[in-house]
Amino acid sequence: MTKLMSVIALAASLVAGASLPAFAQAGADFSGVWQPRYHEDQPDRIPGPELTDYTGLPINDSARQYANSWDPSRLTLPEEQCRVHVSPYIYRGPLNLRIWEDKDPKTQDLIAIKHYSSTFEQTRTIWMDGRPHPGPNAAHTWMGFSTGRYDGDMLIVETTHLKKGWVRRNGVPMSDQAKMTEYMVRNGEVMTHIVVLVDPVYLTEPLVKSQDFVRSTRELPAGTWLWVCDPVLEIADRPEGDVPAYLPDEHPFKEEYARRHQIPFVGIYGGAQTMYPEFQDVLKKAPIPPPLPQPQTGAQRVTGAPQGQQGR
Amino acid sequence: MMRLQTSTSRKARFLSVAAALLVGAALAVGTAIAQQNQNFDNVQIDTVKVRDNVYMLVGAGGNTTVFTGSDGIMVVDTQFAPLSTKILSAIRAISDGPIRYIVNTHVHGDHIGGNESISKAGHFRAGGNVVGDLGAAATATAAIIAHENVLKRLSADPPAGQPQVPFAAWPTETYITKKREFLFNGEAVQIIHEPDAHTDGDSLVFFRKADVLATGDLFTTVMYPFIDAANGGTIDGYINALNAIMDITVASNVNEGGTMVIPGHGRLSDEQDVTEYRNMATIVRDRIKEYVKRGMTLEQVKAKKPTLDFDPRYGSDSGFWTTSMFVETIYKQMVAANPPAKPTQSKNQQKGKSE
Repeated sequence: MTKLMSVIALAASLVAGASLPAFAQAGADFSGVWQPRYHEDQPDRIPGPELTDYTGLPINDSARQYANSWDPSRLTLPEEQCRVHVSPYIYRGPLNLRIWEDKDPKTQDLIAIKHYSSTFEQTRTIWMDGRPHPGPNAAHTWMGFSTGRYDGDMLIVETTHLKKGWVRRNGVPMSDQAKMTEYMVRNGEVMTHIVVLVDPVYLTEPLVKSQDFVRSTRELPAGTWLWVCDPVLEIADRPEGDVPAYLPDEHPFKEEYARRHQIPFVGIYGGAQTMYPEFQDVLKKAPIPPPLPQPQTGAQRVTGAPQGQQGR
Repeated sequence: MMRLQTSTSRKARFLSVAAALLVGAALAVGTAIAQQNQNFDNVQIDTVKVRDNVYMLVGAGGNTTVFTGSDGIMVVDTQFAPLSTKILSAIRAISDGPIRYIVNTHVHGDHIGGNESISKAGHFRAGGNVVGDLGAAATATAAIIAHENVLKRLSADPPAGQPQVPFAAWPTETYITKKREFLFNGEAVQIIHEPDAHTDGDSLVFFRKADVLATGDLFTTVMYPFIDAANGGTIDGYINALNAIMDITVASNVNEGGTMVIPGHGRLSDEQDVTEYRNMATIVRDRIKEYVKRGMTLEQVKAKKPTLDFDPRYGSDSGFWTTSMFVETIYKQMVAANPPAKPTQSKNQQKGKSE
């Protein structure tokens, strides 16, 4: 009797299968504490990009103008101080990453994979239960709405409903129309995370980035997981409603990056062509800009003890 | 392929909104135009839950806000008249309570078109001498609240050849001060006037306890700010309104969530989305203002492409509100407010002139 009921139940579940949630098949378990390794694109990720360095980004003219008018002082506005890195960018920076799985207590089906990033204290949900993405009128968030599936042991994640952010934090924008596909692969204690970003507003081709994480063998101190941001008024006499920006053609530092590193101007302003090996031929033929003048030496202290008396 | 779909979808949505606004802008002209020019048969109402007691209805006109509770229902903006049946069905799917109030955020037809039908589906709450004097008429319809300038424009003679908006669609209660506020459904509702922005009769509607702000067309996510100069709109007023919205909204966790913002057109938003839009509007205005100070002509300003960085997101080369019109409107208003300095004549020129 019990066996018969089981067969009936199985048959019923197969018939009703089309309406059941499409739970993802089991793949690699990414649970644990992960920390990035920064050997890849280190100058861009740790000290941060220099102004007007758009090398290797498949941006269009609109993105270039946006970045060319970018004044970092905008981040001093109270409403901008706690601006979060969107999920296509947040994994690039310094962060501690905790990953865990949410499972249905009754069936142990995988409902979601959760990412908690210490940077900006962001919790991200990757739904694994087959639910659809929200409609076009739903709100957008920093982390976006993500759904995942396994291809073998590789986790593939699709993300929509992102807020406007940037693809490089020197003002190169990412629009709220961007969509991201991620591929996460675990090799032992190393996780490789590949991001493919498509932005119909600011990119002419998909932007592909990758970064590696190493699994931590121990939990981190609680405080390392926090990121408290309380905006304050930093510039008291700034008129209310002021939005710092340069006129597009009049960025005062527009030549600094190229001249400091002796890179032809044609190379620094990005564009899809700068991603490909053939562009090296263009660079070889392009004129190298004059170097920046040497910094002034022999400056005199105007405060504190005279230099000759220091340490006495 | 994904990019193509995204782009097409975005373009289709934009054209839909542009068409709605095109009809709406004529609006002071009336809902008849909407019925003549737009087919609403295939329009579906998308109901987006914002809070347990606040919903956003997205159809073909401006977004509608539905606020429910024990006192009844308040509806902010009513889209086009032909959509009234669908809007009422969507409202009834949320609540079967009485519709007590309609609030119009401004005069455009894509926001007031359903006033007559939806108000007739409701009942204002009144008693005492009011009912004694007016009889059943005192409670036969829901009240329609708007800024005084909305009533002024609707009750004025329409342009030649265009129909008057029906009397039954006019506001029944107007306000002339900075704001009107009252308690409804156990929470403070603030209707706040923002002068000379999208039009001269714009209102924000803030549900203080639910922490939801309906902005009308003082904020959208789909196009450049529509400065309806013919109805009293100005770019400076529009930017002031965006800053006023940001003064009301408070983000929750690191610039996300918190006060939710229902835009006049487009998707559900929050303060950060308004900030991005405010930044765009301010940057474009400031660029053109500076170019005007430098004495540039409109053609010279356009050649500088002051909106290039925002065009793929908000711009349009066709429709009733093109990027070019946006730039021209700002240019004219900046010239009017900041006339370029007249070139000074040199002594030789002055001498030559006198000779």
